[in-house]
Amino acid sequence: MPQVYDGPPGGDAARRAVEAVWRIESARIVGALARWTRDFPLAEDVAQEALAEALVGWSRDGPPRDPVGWLLATARRRAIDVFRRRSALDERYAALAAGLTEGETAPAAAGTEHLPWDPDRIEDDVLALMFIACHPVLSPEARVALTLRTVGGLSSEEIARAFLVPVPTVQARITRAKRTIAAAGVPFELPPADERRERLGGVLSVLYVIFTEGSTATAGERLLRPELAYEAVRLCRTLVVLVPEEAEAHALLALFELTAARFPARTGPDGEAVLLEDQDRRLWDRSAIRRGVAELGHALAGGRGLGPYGLQAAIASCHAAAPTVGETDWGRIVLLYEALGRVAPSPVVELNRAIALAMAEGPGEALALVDDLAASGRLSGSHLLPGVRGELLARLGRTAEARAELELAARLCRNVTERAVLLRKAAALG
Amino acid sequence: MPKYMLIMRGTDETNAKMADASFDEMLETVGRFNEELIRAGVLVAAEGLEDPSQGVVIEFGGETPVVTDGPYGETKELFGGFYLIDVASKEEAVEWGKRLPAFPGSKCEVRRVPGIDEFPQDNEWIVRERAWRERTGQL
Repeated sequence: MPQVYDGPPGGDAARRAVEAVWRIESARIVGALARWTRDFPLAEDVAQEALAEALVGWSRDGPPRDPVGWLLATARRRAIDVFRRRSALDERYAALAAGLTEGETAPAAAGTEHLPWDPDRIEDDVLALMFIACHPVLSPEARVALTLRTVGGLSSEEIARAFLVPVPTVQARITRAKRTIAAAGVPFELPPADERRERLGGVLSVLYVIFTEGSTATAGERLLRPELAYEAVRLCRTLVVLVPEEAEAHALLALFELTAARFPARTGPDGEAVLLEDQDRRLWDRSAIRRGVAELGHALAGGRGLGPYGLQAAIASCHAAAPTVGETDWGRIVLLYEALGRVAPSPVVELNRAIALAMAEGPGEALALVDDLAASGRLSGSHLLPGVRGELLARLGRTAEARAELELAARLCRNVTERAVLLRKAAALG
Repeated sequence: MPKYMLIMRGTDETNAKMADASFDEMLETVGRFNEELIRAGVLVAAEGLEDPSQGVVIEFGGETPVVTDGPYGETKELFGGFYLIDVASKEEAVEWGKRLPAFPGSKCEVRRVPGIDEFPQDNEWIVRERAWRERTGQL
């Protein structure tokens, strides 16, 4: 097999080629296996075994002519081995294994080497996979890890790197998640109609968590992890194709596109954070904005009004449409935050409303809102509240208080680049 | 994320085969591939070109450019169209390229498309181009 790209020679290039196939195909491979075995944890195990075999075999012998067929056939053989082993212990598997063995020895007609690759079922398989990876019996961390691994085709190493946790932690989360699904007897299927909307909400919130971690890293050196946010965008685009009738899925994609559009302007040459007011808006990705606005249009076309993601997307679109901070429609943003606070109450939304109010009406009224929030104790321990309070005090000319608040915010902040911004602001007050 | 262009490069022979093939079948084959790209969330743009017999080649050799009507005499490989995709790595772009529906004998070239961010931002012409991109919502 000739080398088709000029990457590092040998094993590394082969590994990356396998990984590329896996990113594209993992959801469909695991989905088809899960439908066929009716056992999602087993499907994930054998798919990973096939991937591990590919990583060794393809770098030694070159990639097979039909990589997807190879992966499916290998995973299928592993599954049959498992069925046979279990059949010695359990009669139910004996029947399954007997049926499979017949299939195995049948003449090699089309399809017998591979799993039934039914194009009409693939969509449902991938969707069912998203639903099971985001199942409510799993912990939030497990949902994120399982979704990135099975639907996104990321390795445990990539997930660990993205979330700044040790690789064994990710592996343990995935193992535990699969055990939980087995123990709870969660079937591999689309949720019944009466649960569907709620379960879809679960899927959307997992994608939101992945994107948010990529767009505002809660810890570490880097402010943005665009590659992680991009995974969420990619998964959400896939989801929108699968459930085109769901307005909130479009709304979430709109939010992602409009937020990601600002990534190029959000960090300076050395990765330092650049605040919205200082961003060079010419760096915003106009095609992402256009895609986001189109998705927001789809969300509105549902005719049932915007939900939490749609309202956030609408706020992001106000920023995207504005040539400068001063020319932003802050009044509309205040209204959208008020609406968001009603459908999805959160102290962070309140805080953002205060910031918008400060821009629309001035810092005085906003400070009163922030003080109420501080008194409620709902954001204690977060750097966000003293950060905003410090800003507002500075704008009111209460310099000494402002500096103390900004310094407090810096002490509480876990992200290095954000902390630097806070200290810079405090120092600028003299 | 990195953008890559998959450039379809046919030859006179593959173009002739394509002209002979059933149009409906071709629409379906290409349509299925496009659908795959859409479902995977990676498609940014795609265009196919009209038959080269309708095109011209402009050659810069002597003092004035020479215009030749298609199919261009000596030219062995003909640009037939492109896909612009948004993927995580070059390997992923290559993997999609390998899946392009193509007649034997044709080629697909995979090239990264540098973003405008990679050009000197204080250059007057880059500034102007940015302004145009901003105004028109271009890539």
